Amino acid sequence: MNPERHSATVSPGAASRRSARSHRVRRVATRVRRIATRGRRISIPYLLLAPAVAVYAVFTVYPIFRQFDISFYNWHIFPGVSNPFVGWSNYTAIFRDPVVRTASFNSFLFIVITVPVQMVIGLFAAAVLTDRLPGSMFWRAAVYIPVVTSWVVVSWVFSYIFASQGGVMNAVVGFFAGHTVSIDWTAQTWTGNAVIWLLSIWKGVGWSFIIFLAALDGIPRQLLEAARIDGASEARVWRHVVLPSIRAAVTFVVVLLVIGAAQVFTQIYEITKGGPYNSTQSLMTYMYQQAFSYFAFGYAAALASLLAVVLFGFSAAEIRILRQQDV
Amino acid sequence: MALAVETKPTTPMAGSGPGLFGIRKRSRSRLVLAVLLALVSLGPLLYMLSLSFQPNGGLLGATVLIPTHPTVQNYVQAWTENSFSHYFVNSLLVAVATVAITVIIASLAAFAFARYRFPLKQVIFYIFLASLAVPNLLLLIPQFLLMDRLHLLNSLEGLTLLYVASNLPFTIFLLRGFFEAIPREYEEAIRLEGAGTLRVLVNLIVPLSLPAVAVVSMFIFSASWDEFPIALTMINSASNYTLPVGLADFIGVHTVAWGPFFAASVIATVPVIVVFLISLRWFRSGVSLGAIR
Repeated sequence: MNPERHSATVSPGAASRRSARSHRVRRVATRVRRIATRGRRISIPYLLLAPAVAVYAVFTVYPIFRQFDISFYNWHIFPGVSNPFVGWSNYTAIFRDPVVRTASFNSFLFIVITVPVQMVIGLFAAAVLTDRLPGSMFWRAAVYIPVVTSWVVVSWVFSYIFASQGGVMNAVVGFFAGHTVSIDWTAQTWTGNAVIWLLSIWKGVGWSFIIFLAALDGIPRQLLEAARIDGASEARVWRHVVLPSIRAAVTFVVVLLVIGAAQVFTQIYEITKGGPYNSTQSLMTYMYQQAFSYFAFGYAAALASLLAVVLFGFSAAEIRILRQQDV
Repeated sequence: MALAVETKPTTPMAGSGPGLFGIRKRSRSRLVLAVLLALVSLGPLLYMLSLSFQPNGGLLGATVLIPTHPTVQNYVQAWTENSFSHYFVNSLLVAVATVAITVIIASLAAFAFARYRFPLKQVIFYIFLASLAVPNLLLLIPQFLLMDRLHLLNSLEGLTLLYVASNLPFTIFLLRGFFEAIPREYEEAIRLEGAGTLRVLVNLIVPLSLPAVAVVSMFIFSASWDEFPIALTMINSASNYTLPVGLADFIGVHTVAWGPFFAASVIATVPVIVVFLISLRWFRSGVSLGAIR
């Protein structure tokens, strides 16, 4: 509404009073409107975030706290059974459990063996395939394909290759030994572990390969050329130009591979079932067995909580250390 | 974070530009190494393919790579009698739904992180990021109890929600980087024409980030297609099995039926490889950005 039109019909004094008031009204209105728009502007990002935050809060954040909660109870899932509060006793039991010791050792070995080997082979493959080669897209795809296959499928392919009766590996060993052998690879601790490591390295290499390939592609080729013109040997070019240039990728790969290796589950569950006598158990398979075979949910939750805290601290430390080397 | 287009190699790798090894004549030994790498990578899978075409009776001890009497009997049996067609459909439903839901809600969130300033922004982002530092398998127990309480145990919908939750942080992280790299001027131009936030996202941001969206979709697809432990825990009736659970269950029951098992394995492997090969054309620019910050 236009106030000027009304002021024409009334006395000048009343008009000025009225226009002053309408001016005030207008000022308040614009301020309200400004706050409203600002409010809308602020609320837009929250609206955009709402679905993701909701799903994440319910299915990831809440379970983290729930897990800590359960870990202080002797928790059963059977309805009608009481779940007594037991304080820290699930945690103290962890440190007395001999299988936890074996499983920790196996998980540790798994990490220190598979992570560096995957990275070295992955970097090697990336170096071989980074420059133009006939059919280069095919070779790159081939190296990555094991990554997208299912753990269950490849676990059984490897089980079949290492079968005691009629497995390919025994045929190969028999050929060199000169007589038939029937080694039960997956039924013994060390050979069982070795099959699991071999499979994990084979399936994992493509992932670090693809990250390193992208990193190597990003190195300006002039930099390499300059180093060579200065007379640097290939080894020195790698040490002083290539490796420093891909440090960010190395950090990324180390952190994610360690986290991935800490949750090794399917290949053990399918190939050795953690046996014989829990000797190939990893922390994750042991936790799973405690919860879903023996229904010791409280104990398994304590194990999972402890592992989560350790891994979180480890990842944070890892990132910090690798970042510091940059400076 | 670098621009999407900048992550492509600055010198074209074709032509005479100096390579990583400088000297072109080494390409023959590199080719030999490439063939070796491909053989080792594909060997076990080709072996599986070969086994799936051999008659089931003579399977144990089959050390030949080319089957002498190839047959498709294993496929017929796996697909019809052993209900792998059913598991296939379940897996497909879960994987496609997971990709769609994750990409949509992660794009919304990534857009908020990339383009808006709001209170608690960094805190919320770091809470998302923090879960990348902890294996999500560790949450199996409380997630099992939660699904039980929500009556979502043994349901494909419940499984999908868990997969969405586990893929969200990584997807948001990757898409945020890509979205931030899109020049703001584009967005201002389309906003001047009266486009709202959603239209900016759907008509501008997502199409310009297609490589990242395609690559991340491939990651999510293969992750949920192949996922085993969560499905094993949450699904307990055969009618809701996904392929990995169906395969593990099958080999546990029929220990000698290797023929149908490997046929079913091939059936379970082909779709992810196809999706991967399709995504390959966006791979370079999509993946570099996620890796190198």
